[in-house]
Amino acid sequence: MLNYTIRRTIQAVPLLLLISVMMFLILNKMPGGPLAAYMQNPHITAADIARLKHNFGLDRPLYVQYLDWFWRALHGDLGWSQVNSTTVVEAFRERLPATLELMSVSFIVALAVGLTFGLIAAIKPYSGFDYFVTTFAFFGMSMPIFWLAIMMQMLFSVNGIHFPPAGMEKFTFGYRLDFTLPSAGDQSTGGGDFWDHLKHLIMPAACLALLQIATWSRFTRASMQEVLHTDYMRTAAAKGLTFANMLFKHGMKNGLMPVVTIIALSLPSLVSGAVVTETIFAWPGMGRLFIVGLQQQDFPLLMGYLMLVSVLVVVFNLLADLVYGWLDPRVKYD
Amino acid sequence: MAVQTGQISPNLANVAVAVADDDYARERHLTWRKFSRHRLAVAGAIVLLIIVIGAVFAPAFTHFDPFAIDDAWQGTPLAPGVAGHWLGTDEVGRDLWARLLFGGRISLTIGLFAVIIEVLLGSFIGAVSGYFGGWVDAVLMRVTDAFLCIPLLPLLLVLTAIVAAESTKAALNFTSIVLIIGFLSWMSVARLVRGAFLSLREKEFCEAARAIGSSHFRIMFRHLLPNAMAPIVVQATLDVAGVITLESVLSFLGFGIQPPTASWGSMLANAQENISIAWWAAVFPGLCILTTVLAINYMGDGLRDALDPNVR
Repeated sequence: MLNYTIRRTIQAVPLLLLISVMMFLILNKMPGGPLAAYMQNPHITAADIARLKHNFGLDRPLYVQYLDWFWRALHGDLGWSQVNSTTVVEAFRERLPATLELMSVSFIVALAVGLTFGLIAAIKPYSGFDYFVTTFAFFGMSMPIFWLAIMMQMLFSVNGIHFPPAGMEKFTFGYRLDFTLPSAGDQSTGGGDFWDHLKHLIMPAACLALLQIATWSRFTRASMQEVLHTDYMRTAAAKGLTFANMLFKHGMKNGLMPVVTIIALSLPSLVSGAVVTETIFAWPGMGRLFIVGLQQQDFPLLMGYLMLVSVLVVVFNLLADLVYGWLDPRVKYD
Repeated sequence: MAVQTGQISPNLANVAVAVADDDYARERHLTWRKFSRHRLAVAGAIVLLIIVIGAVFAPAFTHFDPFAIDDAWQGTPLAPGVAGHWLGTDEVGRDLWARLLFGGRISLTIGLFAVIIEVLLGSFIGAVSGYFGGWVDAVLMRVTDAFLCIPLLPLLLVLTAIVAAESTKAALNFTSIVLIIGFLSWMSVARLVRGAFLSLREKEFCEAARAIGSSHFRIMFRHLLPNAMAPIVVQATLDVAGVITLESVLSFLGFGIQPPTASWGSMLANAQENISIAWWAAVFPGLCILTTVLAINYMGDGLRDALDPNVR
């Protein structure tokens, strides 16, 4: 086990190196390259660009630039975000709380509802509730999330019931893609007290949770169904355990193991945020930071964001594997 | 002896082929029966067929030009039923129904072509990886891992932003979106094919093919790949739904299909701003996406049940 852990961790290093090289090359293909954010400014002349190029070391060979980026990134310096006028790390730190809040609320709701749905559907297969859960899951998986978001805004904001449609920091209905980057989070539309905050949170969180409920309930149902038909469950029933005891002590312990893995794999989104949902609801989180950075072609910001998310995905992949082995002693690593 | 074998073996081969054909026919029959018993899958297939017909024969179902602005339009979108537009018009007075039909062409074609690219690329990489094994496999699978670890949507957005900045022509845009999505979603197919090849390459018929001197290429793509077709078909079907959704997200955010060309996603790009004056422009394109994706997902589910030997 320890051996396996060490080997997998070592394997993750070249993987991340490969990803970072790929990202660096792709982002350099942006028209204007790392200086694109400056080129949109009419006050910056060609001579200025040349000077900037020299100052930022962009006239050096690409591999030197990459090594330079890599060395700084190792020391926690992801560069200067032109759009935010802060360092990239500072921009992340500013946006992270909002994303954490939104994602963890939707995560917890989805976890509670999704697992309950899946469990009940598995216990009573082909019942009315099971059909409801299965149909709900199919709709949820097929739903384009941005459209769901727009429909929610239409139903709950426009037609009288007053949930604020968007704008944790700035209220304009019909807000779509904002080219200015307001400082995150402090000024909200209704004074910013707790209830106002909650009201802003409900729709985007529900939107995200619905989709996760769909996936997780379906997954839980399938996994629990399999477990309920095993021999050891029949043995447990034969020795006279109550159904609740059987389910919670034997069934769920086994049936939820794969579910734990799938949940671990979705944990990186707690930090990376939801690009689409945050954009539509004007939520001042990481996802929208990325979109604005993309529109302004903020090279260091994009590079930092993509690498941050990739690192998290790699780490949580590894964790999911290890946790599975820890939960299920039948899994042998070699 | 040599003459004799020369005479006999074609006959034997014919018999073998006939038996195999018979097997295939029975197999296909069984698959079809399993699929047709899955009522929701059949319903999905029928709905999808209707949508495809609507898109392919779009001009037959409307006399409006999807790009033309109606004369009755005076700055506000026309409501459903006004001036013969039975779904109304969008915010610049173009017939919504016509745009849905023609937009369906774009959305469905992108889904189809991106998945074709994905399947070709994924099958090739998976086949090479699983067939040769060793360091080839190790390298290819690490690359696959790398692609799987990069967040798909942000990367797609970056790539389409790069392409969009370099090209303004809509046709170029269409091709590049197909290529970009195709080149970023081959990983699941590659893993499937690799997994299948790992066991298939140990089978006797593979050894037999090797013994009569077939080339690696021929063994991989004539003998082994057809045996891995079932999971590929299921994955491809479900991925068409995934690609249609992805394209709609890209176009909605303004990085995909550029105006005036309509795709279901790009039709929603302005819908949020105009929602208080034209709910129809927001509702119907989304319903099209949802219906199509739902139909494909149900169909894929039925296909999986019908094709998966474990379920049978």
